[in-house]
Amino acid sequence: MDYLTIIQILDSMLRLSAPLIFACLAGLFSERSGIFDIGLEGKMLASAFFSAAVAAATGSVWLGLMAGLTASMILAAIHGFASITFQGNQLISGVAINFLASGMTALIGQNWFRLGGRTPSLSGDGRFLPIEFPFAESIGKIPFLGPIYSELLSGHTILVYVALLTVPFTWWLLFKTRFGLRLRAVGENPEAVDTGGVSVSFLRYRAVLICGLLCGLGGAYLATGMAAGFIRDMTAGKGFIALAALIFAKWRPAYALYACLLFGFLEAIAIRYQNITIEGVGTIPVQFMQALPYILTIVILAGLVGKAIPPKAGGEPYVKER
Amino acid sequence: MDTKVQHESAAPMIELRGISKSFGPVQANKNINLKVNKGSIHGIVGENGAGKSTLMSILYGFYKSDLGEIYINGEHINITDSHVAIEAGIGMVHQHFKLVENFTVLENVILGTENSFLINPALNNARVLLSDLASTYSLEVNPDALIEDLSVGHQQRVEILKALYRQADILILDEPTGVLTPAEADHLFNILRNLSKEGKTIILITHKLKEIMSVTDTVSVMRRGEMTATLETSKTNPQELAELMVGRSVLLRVEKDATEVGDKSLEVHNLSVTDKRGVTALKNVSFHVRKGEILGIAGVAGNGQTELLEALGGISPATGTMKIDGEEIALHGKGSDARSRREYGVSHVPEDRQKLGLILDFFAWENIAFGYHHKDEFNKNWLLMDNGKTREIAREEMAKFDIRPPTPNNLVKNFSGGNQQKIVLARELEQHPKVLIVGQPTRGVDIGAIEFIHQKIIDLRDKGVAILLVSVELDEIFSLSDRVAVLFDGKIIGERITEETNESELGLLMAGIEDGSGEQPVMESIA
Repeated sequence: MDYLTIIQILDSMLRLSAPLIFACLAGLFSERSGIFDIGLEGKMLASAFFSAAVAAATGSVWLGLMAGLTASMILAAIHGFASITFQGNQLISGVAINFLASGMTALIGQNWFRLGGRTPSLSGDGRFLPIEFPFAESIGKIPFLGPIYSELLSGHTILVYVALLTVPFTWWLLFKTRFGLRLRAVGENPEAVDTGGVSVSFLRYRAVLICGLLCGLGGAYLATGMAAGFIRDMTAGKGFIALAALIFAKWRPAYALYACLLFGFLEAIAIRYQNITIEGVGTIPVQFMQALPYILTIVILAGLVGKAIPPKAGGEPYVKER
Repeated sequence: MDTKVQHESAAPMIELRGISKSFGPVQANKNINLKVNKGSIHGIVGENGAGKSTLMSILYGFYKSDLGEIYINGEHINITDSHVAIEAGIGMVHQHFKLVENFTVLENVILGTENSFLINPALNNARVLLSDLASTYSLEVNPDALIEDLSVGHQQRVEILKALYRQADILILDEPTGVLTPAEADHLFNILRNLSKEGKTIILITHKLKEIMSVTDTVSVMRRGEMTATLETSKTNPQELAELMVGRSVLLRVEKDATEVGDKSLEVHNLSVTDKRGVTALKNVSFHVRKGEILGIAGVAGNGQTELLEALGGISPATGTMKIDGEEIALHGKGSDARSRREYGVSHVPEDRQKLGLILDFFAWENIAFGYHHKDEFNKNWLLMDNGKTREIAREEMAKFDIRPPTPNNLVKNFSGGNQQKIVLARELEQHPKVLIVGQPTRGVDIGAIEFIHQKIIDLRDKGVAILLVSVELDEIFSLSDRVAVLFDGKIIGERITEETNESELGLLMAGIEDGSGEQPVMESIA
């Protein structure tokens, strides 16, 4: 395995991690505020579909992105409505959103485009194109450091860079600002926030909507950045992998990045090496490599990577006690 | 400066006019009127469910009253939520602290009053202010400590600091001493006196009449949602207050004669408990209880009381030995469970009756049989239970223990705390135990029922039952027990004969301070 191959694997790791980073940070905002959200998957899927559909219809990826964000945030608002205003069960609401998104996108997709649930392929302004960094060509010739600039960092779509920048921004928002302090507090002890004269519901709604926004970015990236159009159930469990990464990261932004990069790395390996032959052992089938991220998810969720303590008030609707 | 004159000329600091509040069919507050002067400490007493906390929650904007008006410093204020209350200078220290446990003291103090988008200025500001307040009112606490690492007393200081940081002129404290050692409580009262000297107005909600007498200037009594009297503390006495609370005359201390004690009935030797996290909760605890004797286990909550009760009740495993009338019984593994304890004649009234003692969504008659439901008296044959007969038994026992309403076909959750406790007691006492283990028998129970429950426990002792009483209420320990052992940090730190000790001596033991007088342990001298 030569140096350039490693750089290329890392490059595709970044590309594949971006939707996970969006979804994982989305979950982080929601769960830090005390609202568990297993509907990340559904929100991403809805955003993927509507961004691709609108981009296909209008030819503008930016209008597509707006449509995707709107769809995802509407689903987020529904989850907020169910779990904040009506104090319903957050898991059931999340499951409902996943089913809703999966069924709705297939149904509407077939009705609009008659392509078996797909959207037409996007091209040109209909999708996010890679951004080449200035002088990538010439800097790339510098040995060793050059390829890091030209191959690894340069040449991604804008949303990948947005995803990476969202991580420090989330950290700053959570730990340095008033909103972040209150958000962390409301997930641990909503009564402390309430008696401090701050509205628990309003805080949680804002968190849930941020969650919707980030899921929307993740979904739009899937359909208009990574792929060139929507395919049925194209999220393929990424929302759940993001949840696992969130637990792995113990609800911290920087660790969330590392966890998502790990999942992205495994995916990149699986794509690069269809069959890995190890001397004396035999060939590892491609199916195993493709299953690795999901296996890791199960390992994490089974608590085999140390104890992760979720926000204390998570999953419980806030009811003022008498 | 003579502030007294000012007080009388100015409008009262707090004035409530005709406050009423209902929760569904329950009227929690009925036409409440109250005036409290600036710089005074005003006590509010009343039984559980009398409406004290509801009233204060209305003042703090946690609930909205159905009717009535609130005036702060002569100004009519419509307190729609806690934010308005804080703006009006009202601060509240809740019974259950409203702190974020994995936040630092500073973060908790500024939460809700950060004043700017970034939190750093507020954190720095709070750090300066906290050190000022600490020296003024002896409210020292490490500003960078996490709340979960602080003792309960210090957590309470954080709550007070929170209110002062919000520039509260009025401080409401809801049952502030429930979790404190006597020394910590004294320290709190000194802080309150200092605060009132500086012109802060303080409202103290409590059910402990002694605290009212020692610290307040004026006192109001609430009963069933109404304010039955407002008095000057110096012109009243505990007996009068108790009668106003209950609405009839009560005995504050149960009558108790000396009895002949018999042989050792319950013997515990080197009892140790390690909990699930690997923390040693009880270390080599040894004691005995004789027939016709009450041994009180005193101590601040969280020093091993729960583990002791659960180990003796057969709920969680322990090591060491436990003997009933000389016969050794298992503390872990086979034969160590709640049912076999009962076979040995050990009845257990758990400290958390709602979690361990009752099933709230079941009927009273079903709860009367729980734990003994396999006995013949509750069964028709090997297969069928005798529900009719169980209902009859329940009806008899409920009458005997004055449980209201006396209807077996009533869900347990619909009974008041005192009556729920009586259901547990009726079930356990009617099985005629040899040994009774009872935890916090009057927690959350009103004064009228406390009197009844205490009398039942004394009656049982007079019949020759060995009783282990675990309670965090020192008054209860004093009025019931013949001997007292103090539990501190999982160990019995000292043992005294009740009549030969006093509150300050036990208070020191509860704080973990062993006396250096070299006295013979009492246990040896009477053994």
